[in-house]
Amino acid sequence: MHMADALLSPAVAGTMFAASGIAAGISVYKLKKEDDPAKIPTMAVTAALVFAGQMINYTIPGTGSSGHLCGGMLLSALLGPYAGFLSMITVLVIQCLFFADGGLLALGANIWNMAFYGCFVGYFLLWRPIVTSRLFGGGEGNKGLKGRIALASVLGCVLTLQMGAFSVVLETTLSGITELPFAAFAGLMQPIHLAIGLIEGLITAAVLIFISEARPELLRDVQAAEAKKSAKLSLSATVFILALMAAVVGGGLSHLASAYPDGLEWALFGNAEEGYHANMGLDEESFGTRSEAAERAEKIQETTAFLPDYAFADSDSPAGTTVSGLVGSAMVAAAAFLICVLGRFFRRKEKTA
Amino acid sequence: MPAAKQKDAGSRIRGSMRELREMDTLADGTSPVHARHPLAKLAVTITYVLTVVSFQKYDLTRLFVMVLYPAVLFSVTGLRLRTCLWKLRVVLPLVMAVGVFNPFFDRETLFTVGGAAVSGGVVSMLTLMLKGALCLMASYLLVATTRIEAICAALRAIHVPSVMVTMLLLTFRYVTLIGEEAAVMSDAYSLRAPGQRGIHYKAWGSFLGQLLLRSSDRAGELYASMQLRGFSGQFPYAKTARGTARDVIYAAAWIALFVLARRFDVTALIGGLMM
Repeated sequence: MHMADALLSPAVAGTMFAASGIAAGISVYKLKKEDDPAKIPTMAVTAALVFAGQMINYTIPGTGSSGHLCGGMLLSALLGPYAGFLSMITVLVIQCLFFADGGLLALGANIWNMAFYGCFVGYFLLWRPIVTSRLFGGGEGNKGLKGRIALASVLGCVLTLQMGAFSVVLETTLSGITELPFAAFAGLMQPIHLAIGLIEGLITAAVLIFISEARPELLRDVQAAEAKKSAKLSLSATVFILALMAAVVGGGLSHLASAYPDGLEWALFGNAEEGYHANMGLDEESFGTRSEAAERAEKIQETTAFLPDYAFADSDSPAGTTVSGLVGSAMVAAAAFLICVLGRFFRRKEKTA
Repeated sequence: MPAAKQKDAGSRIRGSMRELREMDTLADGTSPVHARHPLAKLAVTITYVLTVVSFQKYDLTRLFVMVLYPAVLFSVTGLRLRTCLWKLRVVLPLVMAVGVFNPFFDRETLFTVGGAAVSGGVVSMLTLMLKGALCLMASYLLVATTRIEAICAALRAIHVPSVMVTMLLLTFRYVTLIGEEAAVMSDAYSLRAPGQRGIHYKAWGSFLGQLLLRSSDRAGELYASMQLRGFSGQFPYAKTARGTARDVIYAAAWIALFVLARRFDVTALIGGLMM
C-alpha cells in the first residue's frame, strides 16, 4: 500500500503531510508528558522488529500464498497509540529512504494511510474497548483474553486496512492521476484489502496472544484492565459499543462513500452543460461528456461491486445506501464471528493433538 | 519447485540488511556532492520532487528535461545507476497498476508519430512512470550522498522534534541487529521444516513472539548501557559544519533551474533551436 511520489499532486501530498504532521506533533507532546526516556530505546527496537517482521512470510493454510504482519496494530498494542504512531513513522521513513518503498513526498500520505488508522482508529475504537471488556468470559483471571485479543486484532486490521485502502483511492483520484473512475478503483482496492486485512489480523492476533501468555506485562492495556477491574466494561456495554460502532462505521461511512463519488462523478461526468472549466479541470478530454469511457467504467464497476454503487438498484435515496452499509456491517460481523469460531477450532485441535 | 531455488525469508532479510549497509557505505563517499551541507541537499531534493510531480499529465516532453538533474549527479558522484534502477521494482508495481488503465480509458489521439496515433492515455501513463522513476532517483541520490547522522542533524536544524530524530537514528542502527536475529531464526526454522514455504500457522504467534521477547530484553539492556553513558533522552549530535557559500550557491542554482524548467518548455526550446 506504499504510495509513490508520482501518484500524488503537490496539493494532496502537502495536505496529507500537514495532517500527519499534526498527529505526530500531538504524539510527541503526549510522549513528552509521559517523560519516560526508557521508552525511546524500546520504541526503536520494536520499530526495528516490525520492520524485520514484515519481511517474514507466513503460510496461509489451504493456499499457496503467504501473509505479512500488520505493524500499526501490533505497535499500538505494545507501546500505546502515541508511541506506536511515532514508531510506525520511523518504520515508514526508513522504508522510504533506504528501500524506495513509498516516496519522500508521499510520506505524509503513507503515514496517514498506514500509521494513523492503525495506531489511533484501531486502538481507540477497537483494541482498548475490546481488550478491557468482559467479552468471552472475563472476570476471573484473564478468562477469554485470547478471544478478546483475537477479535480486536482481526477487526482492527480489517477496519484500518479498509480505511487505508480507501484513502489511497481518494488521494490518487483527487490528485487527478488515474483515468480509472473512483468507484471502479475503489471496487478493485477494497476487496483485495479485505482479504489482506483478515490474514494480517490473524497473524497479529497470533503474536499478541503469544505475548499475552509468555509475558503479559508487555501488553499495557491487559495490565491496566487487571489493575482496575471495577473500571471494566460489562459484556452488554461492550456488545452495545461494538454494535453501535458497526452501525456507525457501516452506515456512516457508506454515506461518506456515496457522498464522495457522487461529488466526483458529478464533477467528472455530470456537469457537461456548464462546460469543461466547471469540471474541476479533471480529465477534460474524455470525461467532459458522457463518454464511452464512462459507460465502460460503469460496466466494470457493476461486475466488481457486490452491491452496485453501494445502493439498491434504481434507488437514489440515502436509505438505500444505509441499507447496503448495514448489510456490509453484518457481513463483516459474520466474518469476524467465523474467524473466532475458526480460531477456537484450531486451538482445540491443537490441544487434542 | 525445488526448495533451493526459492529465496527463503532468512536470505531475503539478509539481502535487505546488505542493501542498508551498502547505502551507508555509499554515503561515505568524497565527491563534491557528498561534501555539500545536508540541509542544502535536502532542500534541493524536496524542490526537485515537488517540481517533477507538479507537471501536468500530458507534459511528457516538458518533464523530460528534469532527467538532467539525476544525470548530472550520477556522473559527478560516480554512483551506479543500475543499483538505483534495481530499486524501481518496489516503486513501479503500484504506479503501473494505477497508470496501466489510462490507455484504455483515455483513447483520444494526442498526436501522431509517423502515421501511428498516440493516445492521451499512453502519454499520461508514460508521464506517470517517468515521474515515478525521477522521484526515486532523487531520493536515492540524497540518501546515497548523505549519512543518516547528517540527515538527522539537518532534520533537527529544521526543528523536527528530537524524539523523532533520535528514534530514526536508533531504529536505523537496530534494524540490522534485529534483522540478523530474524534471519537466524528463519534459517533455523526452515532447516527444521524443509520444503515448507513460510511459517506454518501454528507457529505464527510463537515465531514472531519469541523475536519480540528477545528484542524487548535487548531494549532493556540497551537502555541500561545507554544510561551508563549518560543518555538523557536525546543524542548530543555531532555539530555539523556551518553551511558555506558553496552550499548556498549549490542549492540556489538547482532550485532556480527547476523553477525555470517548470515555467518554460525547455525541451521544446532546445528542439526549436536544433531545427
